[in-house]
Amino acid sequence: MDRYLLIVSTLCFLAAIVRTARSLRAKTFQPSRFSFLAIGLGFIFQTAFLSVRGHALGRCPLTNLFEVFIFLAWSIALIYMLVGPAYRLSLMGAFTAPLVFLLQAFALIAPIDVRHPVKTPPNSWLEFHASISLVAYGAFGLACIAGVMYLVQERQLKTHQLRSIFYHLPPLTDLFAAITRLLWWGFVLYTLGLVSGFFTGGPLPRVQLVAAVGVWLLYAAILQGRHLRRLAPKRVATLCILGFTAALTLLWGISFSAQSQSLP
Amino acid sequence: MTLFCVGLSHHTANVETRERFAGHAETQCILRNAGCAEALLLTTCNRVEVYGASDRRISTDEIARCLAREIEKDPREYAPAFYRYEGEKCVQHLFRVASGLDSMVVGESEILGQAKKAYEAARSSRTAGRYLHRLFQRAFRVAKQVRTHTDITRGLVSVGSVAIDLAQRIFGHLGNCKVLVLGAGETSERTARALASRGVKDLRVSNRSSDRAHELARLVGGRALPFDKWRAQCREIDILITSTSSEAPLLTSENLAPMLRGRIDRPLFIIDIAVPRDVDPYVNEMEGVYLYDIDALQSVADQSLALRRQQIAAAEAIIAEHVEDFVAASARGLNRVAPAAEHTSVADSPLRASEL
Repeated sequence: MDRYLLIVSTLCFLAAIVRTARSLRAKTFQPSRFSFLAIGLGFIFQTAFLSVRGHALGRCPLTNLFEVFIFLAWSIALIYMLVGPAYRLSLMGAFTAPLVFLLQAFALIAPIDVRHPVKTPPNSWLEFHASISLVAYGAFGLACIAGVMYLVQERQLKTHQLRSIFYHLPPLTDLFAAITRLLWWGFVLYTLGLVSGFFTGGPLPRVQLVAAVGVWLLYAAILQGRHLRRLAPKRVATLCILGFTAALTLLWGISFSAQSQSLP
Repeated sequence: MTLFCVGLSHHTANVETRERFAGHAETQCILRNAGCAEALLLTTCNRVEVYGASDRRISTDEIARCLAREIEKDPREYAPAFYRYEGEKCVQHLFRVASGLDSMVVGESEILGQAKKAYEAARSSRTAGRYLHRLFQRAFRVAKQVRTHTDITRGLVSVGSVAIDLAQRIFGHLGNCKVLVLGAGETSERTARALASRGVKDLRVSNRSSDRAHELARLVGGRALPFDKWRAQCREIDILITSTSSEAPLLTSENLAPMLRGRIDRPLFIIDIAVPRDVDPYVNEMEGVYLYDIDALQSVADQSLALRRQQIAAAEAIIAEHVEDFVAASARGLNRVAPAAEHTSVADSPLRASEL
């Protein structure tokens, strides 16, 4: 039953992508209300799925790789719903929908929704650690999307080749300000997630800890470079994309190893 | 009651001919006296058109005579310049005109204001009644929809406006931008004035002739700087407009690089409108620097125009939908518009040509 909710949610994101692709193909691109509504509807179904799954499990639905992917997709959609309209970045939906769709489509198709017998009782610190870290990933994901938008806009301005989409992208300085804000949000949330990991009570897996600290250091370095004006905006945008790729790899590693360890 | 439109435009007549038929304030009343139940005159620099509603057919000749300020030649000579649309085609034509699709610069929005003004004039002189009211109100709605749902008005098509638009695409609000105008020529002055009108408060002017620099600074509300100090300003400014008559480039990657070190997170937009160019083209390769010379600005203007042309199909689809709806409403008796179409040029129809 809960998978149906997820399928409907994925179809909503697909509808937003199709709408954007069609308007881009017809060269009549407009950040439409339809796309925002489709993403909003997709987000509602995501939330419903996580809620149903959480009730069934009696804990935060982060027990396998499938749920981690969906929670991450939900976090990205959540941050988008919060920052998109606020920072006049409605076009971000055109970039957000494909990322969320890919995450959910992969989670639905790949055989990763494996139910494992849960041996330990719910641990509120562990659940806080996992969920806040994933919301931080959502902010990093959005910073990555804003980075892509920045690079697209910057490339068009440099080459003097202005396409239809150019007129819908926010100004470079606004995009850079949004990237900086999203990086700070993500960094603060990620720091909270990292620190709360030490209170979970269980033994800390050394490799995962080192990798998590590595991602934290990478984002700290980006923000430090930004703060000290050592990094040009284009490099910050590029690093946001690389940083999120690294963070996703780490997330995959953590979830995969956790899943492997729980197998009998 | 049949709606019709008779007129001439930049498509069919040169400016001299358009001037002869530019009409005058009393035209609408004259048309009404000629038997038009309702009449509205739309005159712009690119078109002279009469929109009317009438029970009987009023010939193009009659309308042309009402429009003419003075006709020294045989009116038949002007016949090829006139077109006539009736019923559905008249509705479609007005919707296209109001949406800027029939304009010389496709997508320009000035025509909508002019159409509104013409409608207001006809309404206040009571030459426009319920038929033209419904037609024009719908035309204004259609134009708004076309502008909202297509990119027909996007992008700018003149070099000066492109420069300002690009500045806004880089910096957003220009209120906090610092601008240096190097060379106080006519183009620099126009661009500086346009920037000032968009909220730029910090304008600095530097010119070989100090008097001219002070004069321009006064005109745009800026401050003049000695010409030998301009280069150091590149550390602070956001936009540089340069148009000196220097034979060699004033700004190169080598002399700009040291000044950009402390401003890595702030873009620098350079508008080089000098010929020969004041800025070495390789400067555009530098991080955070966006250099547009006169050719690049013209190329962006051309791209905008091409982009607008690509939107025509989408705009036509919106218009077709409204025309169909309007004619269907007419058929139901809400507006009585004859569905018959008559849209050929006067010259195309021997019968109508003979009327002149």
